[in-house]
Amino acid sequence: MNAATALQADDVSHCYGDLQALHPLAFSLPAGTRCGLIGPDGAGKSTLLGLIAGVKRLQQGELQVLGGSIRQRRHRTALYPKVAFMPQGLGNNLYPELSIRENIRFFATLFGLGRAECEQRMASLLRATDLERFGERPAGKLSGGMKQKLGLCCALIHEPDLLILDEPTTGVDPLSRRRFWELVEQVRAQRPQLTLLVATAYMEEAEQFEHCLMLDAGRLLAAGLSRELAATTPSGKLDDAFTHFQGAGREQPEPLRIPPRQVDDGPIAIEAHDLTLRFGDFTAVNKVSFAIGRGEIFGFLGSNGCGKTTTMKVLTGLMPASEGSASLLGRPVDAGDLATRKRVGFMSQSYSLYGELSARQNLELHARLFDLAKADSAPRIAELIERFDLGAIADQPSGALPLGLRQRLSLAVAVLHRPEVLILDEPTSGVDPAARDDFWRLLVELSREQGVTIFLSTHFMNEALRCDRISLMHAGRVLACDTPHALQIQFGGDTLEDAFVRCLEQAQDAPNQAQADATLEQAAAPAPALRQAFSLRRLLAVASREGKELLRDKVRLAFALAGALFMMVIFGYGISLDVEDLAFAVYDQDQSPQSRAYLEAFRGSRYFAERPPIRDARQLHQRLQRSEIKLALEIPPGFGRDLHAGRQPVVAAWLDGGMPFRAETSRNYVEAVHQANLEQLAALGPNPVSRQQPVRLETRFRYNQDVVSVNAIGPGVMALILAFIPAMLTALGIVREKELGSITNFYATPLTRLEFLLGKQAPYLAVSLVNLALLVAMNRWLFGVPLKGSPLALACGGLAYLLATTSLGLLISAFTRTQIAAILGTLIITSLPTIQFSGLIVPRSSLEGAAALMGQLFPAGYFLDIAVGTFTKALGLHELWPQCLALLGFFAAFTGLSLIMLKKQEA
Amino acid sequence: MSRLSHTLRLGLKELTSLRHDSVLLLFLLYAFSVAIYMPAAGSVIGVHNASVAVVDEDHGAISRKLAESLQPPEFQPAVALPADRLDQAMDSGQYTFVINVPVNFQADLLAGRSPELQVNVDATAMSQAFMGAGYIGRIFERELLEYAGRSTSSPALLNPKALFNPNLEGGWFLAVIQIVNNITILAIILTGTALLREREHGTLDHLLVLPLTALEIMLAKIASNALVVVACTWISLEVVVKGALGVPLAGSMGLFLGVTALYLFASTALGIFLATLARSTPQFGLLAIPVIIPMLLLSGGSTPLDSMPQWLQWVMQGSPSTHFVSLGAAILFRDAGLSVVWPDVAALAAIGLVFFGVALARFRRSLAA
Repeated sequence: MNAATALQADDVSHCYGDLQALHPLAFSLPAGTRCGLIGPDGAGKSTLLGLIAGVKRLQQGELQVLGGSIRQRRHRTALYPKVAFMPQGLGNNLYPELSIRENIRFFATLFGLGRAECEQRMASLLRATDLERFGERPAGKLSGGMKQKLGLCCALIHEPDLLILDEPTTGVDPLSRRRFWELVEQVRAQRPQLTLLVATAYMEEAEQFEHCLMLDAGRLLAAGLSRELAATTPSGKLDDAFTHFQGAGREQPEPLRIPPRQVDDGPIAIEAHDLTLRFGDFTAVNKVSFAIGRGEIFGFLGSNGCGKTTTMKVLTGLMPASEGSASLLGRPVDAGDLATRKRVGFMSQSYSLYGELSARQNLELHARLFDLAKADSAPRIAELIERFDLGAIADQPSGALPLGLRQRLSLAVAVLHRPEVLILDEPTSGVDPAARDDFWRLLVELSREQGVTIFLSTHFMNEALRCDRISLMHAGRVLACDTPHALQIQFGGDTLEDAFVRCLEQAQDAPNQAQADATLEQAAAPAPALRQAFSLRRLLAVASREGKELLRDKVRLAFALAGALFMMVIFGYGISLDVEDLAFAVYDQDQSPQSRAYLEAFRGSRYFAERPPIRDARQLHQRLQRSEIKLALEIPPGFGRDLHAGRQPVVAAWLDGGMPFRAETSRNYVEAVHQANLEQLAALGPNPVSRQQPVRLETRFRYNQDVVSVNAIGPGVMALILAFIPAMLTALGIVREKELGSITNFYATPLTRLEFLLGKQAPYLAVSLVNLALLVAMNRWLFGVPLKGSPLALACGGLAYLLATTSLGLLISAFTRTQIAAILGTLIITSLPTIQFSGLIVPRSSLEGAAALMGQLFPAGYFLDIAVGTFTKALGLHELWPQCLALLGFFAAFTGLSLIMLKKQEA
Repeated sequence: MSRLSHTLRLGLKELTSLRHDSVLLLFLLYAFSVAIYMPAAGSVIGVHNASVAVVDEDHGAISRKLAESLQPPEFQPAVALPADRLDQAMDSGQYTFVINVPVNFQADLLAGRSPELQVNVDATAMSQAFMGAGYIGRIFERELLEYAGRSTSSPALLNPKALFNPNLEGGWFLAVIQIVNNITILAIILTGTALLREREHGTLDHLLVLPLTALEIMLAKIASNALVVVACTWISLEVVVKGALGVPLAGSMGLFLGVTALYLFASTALGIFLATLARSTPQFGLLAIPVIIPMLLLSGGSTPLDSMPQWLQWVMQGSPSTHFVSLGAAILFRDAGLSVVWPDVAALAAIGLVFFGVALARFRRSLAA
């Protein structure tokens, strides 16, 4: 291969479990060119881009990127500063809590840019993208278009040679889309060596690029110059070329024809009047009005986040409008009106049927939920399976079907109950052109033949053209509403897209001149190649980012601190192993002076509280069973007489064994009182002897002279609380990034695993240290537990313990895949060893076998020793260093395991 | 009628989803087998295997006899300890009890000079210190009386008998407590996070546009969860508790499972309520800890309810776990019937209804926002 080749793939394939996502494919791409990657959702586009970006591990084949094999770790490390990857989704790799500038600075630090250099480049990029004015706005509060521009800024901050964009403009309004590509062209003008690889759902975009790759169902349909590929069909369009290659050999389907609508001035099906919906101070839908006639196909055209979905939700009664009115089929929309719901079919944006059920089962379930008569539902389901051509897959789990088929099934479910109105939210997003045409055939039939009113949203211009009328929506407002043709005339565009762009420009008070003129300034010097194995700056960048997010999530912070204090208070007061006022009753079958004298000792003890006496043996059992008493003392008949005769009468103490530890404690008390009583009893016996004790037994309760529970429990509870809260804080750290997508930044940047882990841990460690300080203060001043030992030892031990528990959370986060599993795992894994085997209730020295092992293999017990030792035993570091060392060992082991579990590339 | 059938249909669907979630099934398996067997098998109640050392400054026959009198299972064999290491050994928590036999102990004893025998107790070992000291005192007294050749016969004997669990096997109760704890964790976390995930992923919308009410959706979630957990509880009681651990469960299994279902109703409703309070999964995780852990620790299953301050006892009456623990002990071990346990059942039902009502109101409101 020569130096001018940017990408060279040979025999590259990829599997997810049994699913072959990419079949062996080969292509090459010269440096400095632009290449479009097209294909429907699930075709394998993202997988291919992930492999090229080094984000996914290459399983099969050979892939050369910028002159080296992506398989080699050394080469991948060298590539990080040269490659920029922007994953799919609007702002998925951005941090929503962070401002625009903070986001860019974060990426700049990861790539080792100096402060001055970063500020200079950021200023230039922000000017070019017209984001300057919003520099301090959190990324989460940006529109879709702005998010994508910010994503591009973050990708370009380190001047890459290969820019990989995964559907960067899907769902972005046409004006922002144009601006986006203008910006990319500016960058290319400055860096001619820049190779651009873009996956896109818009064929018009792909047509601008010299090269094109067509993917379908994991197979490379065609690769080559866009011009030549397009020329294979008479229309000269990539759209048709794709369908051609897709069905190579198959018969070309009829082009889609839409018969004109018979306008009959029928009743209005859907009407909205000044509909407004606010979330706090954000207006999602702003005075939207329209009327849709019966049988009409009405389209909502606009970008993601412009209010299309929200308007639809208001119309279906999912959300109440803040102002204005809406009516459906002549009735005001009312969420509680189940009758209207039966006349409407709804299909939401994402596939929301049950993936584990088959197509037929889904239809049957919904037939039940819509209360279709049994006799009616079976033929109806058969009819739909036939009409929607689902017969071949009717009994497969629907979740595994290709997107186009799933959308068809969703539509079948939506029309199952013969609704008069269909509300479809972006029904064809991500579906390939041929399947989209199929879908439209069904819609046309429903509208024209059955008179169903169809209200749908889309961001495809060619679909908007097929609607009877469309309304252009932007930032919560309807900008214009008419037939597509009339709109083109009104705004004077050659195409509907031009018309929309004009319309947007007018709405935004003319194009921003500054933006059109702005150009990217040439960077002063190329970024230094940074190949440090460990960089404190990157670690701090991760830590400060995570810290900012935590500080801005006040609720989470409050829960973490208040939760610890709350638990300290109730456990400090609540956990006590003393048994006092034990409810007991006597069954005195003797009723002699001797028996009364014997029982007197129990009545006088603070450990016992007497309940009414027991009358017979049945009652004894019953009252213990009801748990009304915990102890019954049974004095046998003739107790006094036997005692006097020296016949050793036997007193039975009946205990409630249902709760063994309470029974055990009670037995102890009973025996103690009985023993103390013996001397007195001996005096009542036949030959009163002095029972002077041969030995003075002196029992010294050390460390806690009064055996006050809180002195022992308080410090122990600290160990308990500081096992749960720090672990829960960090447990979602990594898995949440996995679920939300920002984990890609870890895969695609020079950030190492250790930097990532320690950086994530730092802010949570800080919060946990605050927790520790609060808990120590509460023990000392609220519960009055004296701190007899070395505060230094407590501080060191506390730090080591928190290092261990926060790293345990990270470990759980590293090996789970969902947040649910992480939360459940944290609780299940920490609760057993912490509550049962840490020594909080039962001393660790008394544990045996597996229980003892589990206690030793968990950090809580060691900190319990330190906390109890420093508080009650006057110990210092001199005595407690082994425990501190053990805790540091846990920290090292957990971090080591996390390093192994955490992969720098996706599978 | 149609409402009931909707709930049934949706519930069946939830069950099908569960069958496909292998990670979750694995968790269920662990929670109802290993996590119950382990602590119950290694359970320790009262004084068991306590560590003892003897500082013997007398080296007489009697001190050896005393040391040997502390026997398993209550005590580990006593370890001889030099006098100068006493403080350090106790500080490190190595021994819970250290017995100090002074010089000339035997001579003084025989001369009737009542020598002092010191028992040092690590009072931070809460569950053992007090009881163990009493034990040691009684054992030594008996030994010494015997040694002195005095009559050891007491004027009266005490015969402690434990009903419902004659040998006071700690594992019996702990097995049931572990089941209660795992049910609590699963019920609250699973329903709460599942609801948050549906909200974060937007799949709730699909259900809400169907002719279904919030009540039906919630009931379906609760019912299907309850069914699975009740089934797991049953199998676990039969296989792990009765089978592997050999605990004789005296009471009515049917009644206990019914009560379990009622408890699940209350705790899953609590999970939904918590989920409506939190705005994200991390918030929910942190909110769940100070709710779940006290429910586990203060329910009366780990430490006695009677010894808590009165105000806390009242607070804990509001926790469904308190009633469930008390019901578990009553039904399974004391073989108490409904006529005996109905107050706890009524309390559990009332708490469940309150949680459910509040959760439903908040759930409806959170859907609208």
